[in-house]
Formats: sequence, C-alpha cells, structure tokens
Amino acid sequence: MSTATAHLPVAYMARTKRYYEAQGYAKPYVWAHFDEVPFTKPAKPLAESTLAIITTSALHDRQATDPRAVASAATAAAPPLFANDLAWDKKATHLDDRETFLPLAPLRAMVDEGRLGALAKRFHCLPTEYSQRRTRTEDAPEILRRCREDGADIALLVPL
Amino acid sequence: MSLVARCLEADGIATVVLGSALDIVEHCGVPRFAFADFPLGNPCGRPWDGAMQRQVVASTMALFETAAGPRTTVRLPYRWGGDESWRDNYMAIREADLDVLRRQGDERRALRRKQAADTQTRLTPRP
Repeated sequence: MSTATAHLPVAYMARTKRYYEAQGYAKPYVWAHFDEVPFTKPAKPLAESTLAIITTSALHDRQATDPRAVASAATAAAPPLFANDLAWDKKATHLDDRETFLPLAPLRAMVDEGRLGALAKRFHCLPTEYSQRRTRTEDAPEILRRCREDGADIALLVPL
Repeated sequence: MSLVARCLEADGIATVVLGSALDIVEHCGVPRFAFADFPLGNPCGRPWDGAMQRQVVASTMALFETAAGPRTTVRLPYRWGGDESWRDNYMAIREADLDVLRRQGDERRALRRKQAADTQTRLTPRP
C-alpha cells in the first residue's frame, strides 16, 4: 500500500470549475455549502437497524432531456442500473460490476452475520440535479418519505 | 446526495455517505462521510473485487457506531492500486481539446435553452 501522503485526493471542485470555464460558462457552478450540519445518533444498534440504500444511478438509461424523478426498486431483485448521464471517470473505470456503487452483497453478508438488522425492501435512486433547490424541496423529502414508508432506521448514500 | 443526507438526518434517520469526491462532500457538510479515494464511479471498490468491496462497506458501516458528531470524515485506507494516472487525467484540459470543449458547451447551452422552454422538463444535470 502507498503511504497516505503519496497521493492527494483529486480537487474536483477546482477541476470542474476550470473545465466549465473551458466550455464557455461565464458563471462557475456554486456547490452547496452549509455552516450547520444535522446529526442524529442511531436510535438502535446496527444489528437491530433497517438500512435504506440510496444511489445516484438510475433504473433506465437516462437521456439529458428525460424527465427526472426519484425512483425505487426492490432490494431483493435489483435490476440493472444506469449512470451514463452522470459525471464519473469513464476513462479510468466502468460500471459493469453494480456492486461497485450499490453494494448489496456486502450488506447482505452483514445481515447474515447478524451485524446489520435488515435491508429495507426498496433502494432509492436520486436524480442528481443542477438545481439544488429542486433536490432540497422535492427529491430529498420524497426519499425521506419512502425511507419512512419502508421502516428504515438508517441510510447509506452512495453517490457515483 | 449530500443534501439528501442532511434531510434524512434532520428527520431522525442517521446517514453515512460513501463517496470519492472529498472536497465536494466536505464543502457541503454531512453528518458522516466515508471517503474512498478511488476514481469517480466505483466508491465501493474495484470492479469484481468482492473482498475489497466487503472491507470498504464494513468500514463505512462502522461509522454509524463510531461517529460522535457531525462532519465526521473517515478516509478509508484502501488504494485503487496500479496506475494512478486517473488522478491527473480526470477532466484534464489539453490545448488540443479547447475547441471541442467550447463546442460541447455551446451544444449544452442550446439544450438548456430548449429545456427551459418546456416547463415540464427538468434541467440537464451537472456535477
């Protein structure tokens, strides 16, 4: 293994800013930023908790012009997922192994071993949006509603 | 995704974000963050490497039990391995690419204008 100082994390915000400048965008994207961060202690031990999983991938091969909405699918029979419309490193890797972004096998193993209570019956797909307002006021509350409906106590969020 | 973590957490559902964009997630501020220093797209580990994926997920889930307060980031110790050129190559801008990038931007802006004209259609995502 390399030493911790051998490689610095990629500065995605600075790199994205330069990239969009090169594409002719006058105003840089403004990433969400908050001074206050909520924090909730898990109500139950992990071994008794039901986990919701949330991904930025989609249930269909989305085009840029497609309407975007929260979607859900059964955890027990997860369908193929798509993310060709998202910004991820398409030169360095691929998404052929769904477990690299929706880790059902390791989570099921934790349930089988008694380290995690259960997986919620559905996982949820968040449509990433240029509009943070839409995410805050529409998509996030909808995902919360679905998590509650499924009896989730805790949630694992895995952005690509 | 960080916005969703904040929404769930504020309503009493504890969350962990597992991701590879350290600066973006920390800039937003989330309750718990497991940083996997991998190329964007595979935050749970290398493709077809079940052993690594189990380790990444176990370390991530441990945050539910160990995090004492908000903005808890754990830098996972796992390495992508092999060629690390992805760190420099992602969104790299070469002189020869400038015309193509400008054209892509023009096309995207034209698409956005078209979408804006249709109030039923959501906007094109950008990171």
